[in-house]
Amino acid sequence: MSNTHADTVLYVRDTMLDQQEPPASTVGPVGWAKDNLFSGWLNTALTVLSSLFIAYLLYRLIPWFVSPTWDGTSLSNCREILDGHEGACWGVIRDRWQQLLFGFYPPELYWRPILTLVLLLVALAPVLYTDYVTPKLLYFSAAFPFLMPWLLWGGTVWMPLMAAAGFAIGFVVFTLVSRVLNAGISIFAAALVAVLWWVLLAAPVAHGIASVLPLALEPVASRDFGGFMLSITIGVTAIGCSLPIGIVLALGRRSDLPLVKILCVGFIEFIRGVPLITLLFVASVLLNIFLPPGTNFDIILRVMIMVTLFASAYMAEVIRGGLAALPKGQYEAADALGLDYWKAQRLIIMPQALKISIPGIVSTFIGVFKDTTLVSIIGLIDPLGLANGIRADTAWNGIYWELFIFIGAVFFIFCFSMSRYSMYLERKLQTGHR
Amino acid sequence: MTTLTDPPAESFKLSMLVYDTRYRSITFQIIALIAFLLFFGWLTLNTVQNLNDLGKEVSFGFLGNPAGYDINQRLIEYDNQDTHLRAAFVGLLNTLLVAVLGCITATIVGVIVGVLRLSGNWLIARLMTVYVEMFRNVPVLMWIILAMAVLIESLPAPSAFRGDDPDSTMKLFDSVALTNRGVYIPEPLFSRGLGDISFFGAFDISVDLIAIIVVLIGSIWVSKRIGRKADATQEATGIRPTTWHIRTAVVILPTVVLLGILGFHLGYPELRGFNFQGGTHMRNSLIALWLALSLYTAAFVAEIVRAGIMAISAGQTEAAAALGLRSNRIMSLVILPQALRVIIPPLISQYLNLTKNSSLAIAVGYMDITGTLMGITLNQTGRELETVLLGMAIYLVISLIISSVMNVYNERKKLVER
Amino acid sequence: MKKSVFLGALTVAGLAAGVAGAATLDDVKARGTLNCGVSTGLTGFSYPDANGEWQGFDVGVCRAVAAAVLGDASAVEFVPTTGKTRFTALASGEIDMLARNTTWTFSRDVDLKFTFVGVNYYDGQGFMIPKELGVSSAKELDGATVCIQTGTTTELNLADYFRVNNISYEPVPIETNAEAQQQFLAGACDVYTTDASGLAATRATFENPGDYAVLPEIISKEPLGPLVRHGDDEWGDVVRWTLNALIAAEEYGVTSANVADLASAPTDNPEVNRLLGTEGELGAMLGLEADFAVDAIAAGGNYGELFEKNIGENTPIGLARGLNAQYTDGGLLYSPPFR
Repeated sequence: MSNTHADTVLYVRDTMLDQQEPPASTVGPVGWAKDNLFSGWLNTALTVLSSLFIAYLLYRLIPWFVSPTWDGTSLSNCREILDGHEGACWGVIRDRWQQLLFGFYPPELYWRPILTLVLLLVALAPVLYTDYVTPKLLYFSAAFPFLMPWLLWGGTVWMPLMAAAGFAIGFVVFTLVSRVLNAGISIFAAALVAVLWWVLLAAPVAHGIASVLPLALEPVASRDFGGFMLSITIGVTAIGCSLPIGIVLALGRRSDLPLVKILCVGFIEFIRGVPLITLLFVASVLLNIFLPPGTNFDIILRVMIMVTLFASAYMAEVIRGGLAALPKGQYEAADALGLDYWKAQRLIIMPQALKISIPGIVSTFIGVFKDTTLVSIIGLIDPLGLANGIRADTAWNGIYWELFIFIGAVFFIFCFSMSRYSMYLERKLQTGHR
Repeated sequence: MTTLTDPPAESFKLSMLVYDTRYRSITFQIIALIAFLLFFGWLTLNTVQNLNDLGKEVSFGFLGNPAGYDINQRLIEYDNQDTHLRAAFVGLLNTLLVAVLGCITATIVGVIVGVLRLSGNWLIARLMTVYVEMFRNVPVLMWIILAMAVLIESLPAPSAFRGDDPDSTMKLFDSVALTNRGVYIPEPLFSRGLGDISFFGAFDISVDLIAIIVVLIGSIWVSKRIGRKADATQEATGIRPTTWHIRTAVVILPTVVLLGILGFHLGYPELRGFNFQGGTHMRNSLIALWLALSLYTAAFVAEIVRAGIMAISAGQTEAAAALGLRSNRIMSLVILPQALRVIIPPLISQYLNLTKNSSLAIAVGYMDITGTLMGITLNQTGRELETVLLGMAIYLVISLIISSVMNVYNERKKLVER
Repeated sequence: MKKSVFLGALTVAGLAAGVAGAATLDDVKARGTLNCGVSTGLTGFSYPDANGEWQGFDVGVCRAVAAAVLGDASAVEFVPTTGKTRFTALASGEIDMLARNTTWTFSRDVDLKFTFVGVNYYDGQGFMIPKELGVSSAKELDGATVCIQTGTTTELNLADYFRVNNISYEPVPIETNAEAQQQFLAGACDVYTTDASGLAATRATFENPGDYAVLPEIISKEPLGPLVRHGDDEWGDVVRWTLNALIAAEEYGVTSANVADLASAPTDNPEVNRLLGTEGELGAMLGLEADFAVDAIAAGGNYGELFEKNIGENTPIGLARGLNAQYTDGGLLYSPPFR
């Protein structure tokens, strides 16, 4: 052992070698490209093929997109401007973009849907950006469901206020009754009183106050709703209304009571088993047959009802997922504290389960929002239905791609930003649980 | 010190229906049942009264009347003098056709895209991300309409094939014609065919097809037998006899001989009159719907596959790599089989979605069940209630069948896994 | 009084259950607007313009009725309907009348329980082909691919015609005119068949209309007219006689330009006087103002003016009057006398 080094030359390096530059082919853009694009012959081939594909697409599409037809007044006018060249006729977008966004909503009232959208974002802020805003904003979120219809449909302010009063009355009844009886019955009593208030008293009282103190916005018929405004209104209403229904259905599906469970499962599976378009057919041709003779509320309201039912079945499954993801210990802890079923749900289970479900809720919303295009099949003027109407105008007859690309792009912007947001949320929530 | 006394004898009080947990659940259920029945009774009562007012009555008799309209895409014989019921059946078969085709392609494309999104190749991964995001974030109805428009605008009309110096020619040795009316491919024909047999007088099935399937199944069974015998020999002696050539021959030869006996030849499409005649015609409406549905669903499937793969811990990949497996073998032998357990449940709901989305076929004029029963039949007979309810029932049954079949598969996968 | 509030609409509708149904005229007057069902988009007949105003020939009929009943041509809520939803919308009372190029047929009149109040356009189903096909008669179309608009009588007529003539064809069902047009132009179908008016309207907007021809065969009768629910004859009369007033006005030379003059004082033509309400009480018999026809005509002009403005020869659509001329000019338009 000791003479191992005997024959070696004595040399001890006493300075550190300078750090060498890495080989030129492994750093910088070249190295990056080698790593990420040309590692191995298969990857090289794929890279080359896909670059060729992208280049070909751009080569074909860019000349069409870059077309000086923004001022075209009709398709034939566009053809004159293009003078035989291939190109898009963007004049139709300049002429009709407001219609595609707002439908037939009176132009001087465009501020109302825009304000509603902004307020919607404000109302969602305490739910979506919990870290950045004060929880006090939640009161505004609670008021928003009553503010939104008033802003959009107009009319007297007392109607939504009276609708809100129904909830307040229900709450008062609940607190009073729950002192005497158990929670289930108090909820039942509160719901009964509230429904009675809405059906019998709310309208006359609202009219009464309105005649004394008329505070009203100019009413807009729901027939004038159209374009993306219609899609968003249907989507937001459906998701908003489906949330409570979905919670009830999800709880029902997990309930120990076999009959309640069967009813909930039956409803959920029925709605999920049929295409939305058939439900829309029901809204457009059958709902009038199912309701009392003479009842007649307009098609957009009927569609909203059916889309809400549709969304609530999916919502129920999302929330059920959230409930299932909750550790069992939470339920046991709630039991250990002596909370009854409703208190446990309200204070322990639901706040956590809903928080877990938010990404699922957002993707359900994206799905419903995209599915609102189906209403064009039953004759509502959503963006696609409007595209059909626009092409019936002799000036724009024969237009095709421009409208669809515009509509598709707007949908993409909406849905993409929402899905990105939900991914961000998913990541944020994951760190808390793993 | 405690003294045990008997609990006071229970007497049933009305308030126990509410306060006693034993009775409370029953009370609630009865209330729920009554509410449900009342609601349904209310609906039925309204319906009866409304139909009375309209002078209509619920009857499915119209299904037996001649439909009077033609359907281009059909898997069974049908002409405009056949009944509405048969028209609906033609539509149902079309729905199933596009759903099955769509599910297969969506799965294949989705798995490929999902794997490629995780590829080390930056460009490919980005390209796949763009594809997934584009398809996921634009409504499927738009994709269907756009797919149809692309097919119509980019492919040549049959007239372009006409003349001495045509603008377009048929592809693949003059056997396939790509036109904007659809794709014409050669069809199998039998010069000494065995004819058809009729099922319940409702539709015909070619005996040739049955014969070929029977022979194929038989020869595959024989081949399996040979394989098992080879296994047994291997177990006993340690030497595996070479059987692949016999097995191939057993599978292929009988079928080839049968085809020869039946006089098998291909019928090529050719341009006669306004259209290509002969061959199998896959209409653009079918292709557009198929393409749009499968690409749209594939984007979701890709995300599911990606999530499934990422759910498998990196240790699995490393362990497989340590065993010396190549990366594609790691994927197919180690990662995917495990990922399947995570993948299958959401995949089932994607299949369901695809089937339900196929109801948008009317946008491109593909005559599925929505287009026939809930479309033209509804328009021509004015029987909204019957047609829509029947249509919903059919979709419900299809959905339930799909989800139960897939759930059975899922259960079996689970058992194998654990 | 306009109280169409979101929640209000629901409750009011619930309370008003059972009231609607019989007296549509009273409903319309009480509501202050006419709910008129139109097509979601059909060139020349109904489409929304850039300001969201509905335009077209069918739309003109709706406006005339609104003007006659309410004295205000703009008091119309247009309800876009599809081939599928139109009859339900009318039967359920969602709309008061339907003016959506709907063919008057026996079964729609009798079985579906509607009343067609007249005909505002005599049409027939025709074929359009590219000239390069070299076809001069529909009988030469054996084996052709035919684009059809679904949800109409068109597909039944077509099936009948080809069966009777023993010709095979390949139908391509299409939802809207715009899609059909695109497919036809791209050559995805050889022939496009729909009502002749629709063919002319479609052809007019082609880049090269001269390359396409409409075949001489008209294979069906398509009397298109406004319709109302069965069993409300008062309302049916209002719509019927508003339409007749437009037709009669053209016959007697009453136009939107001179109607105010003619109505200010009785003229020497008693028929005109009765029509415009300066003589007799025809309006009151209908339950309308005496000058209901004046309002209707002032709304968009008489039949001829509506025709010329929306689909006539000076529009891009360029339809000739043909069957839709007055009987005095060899057409079929013939208003019963106002007496």
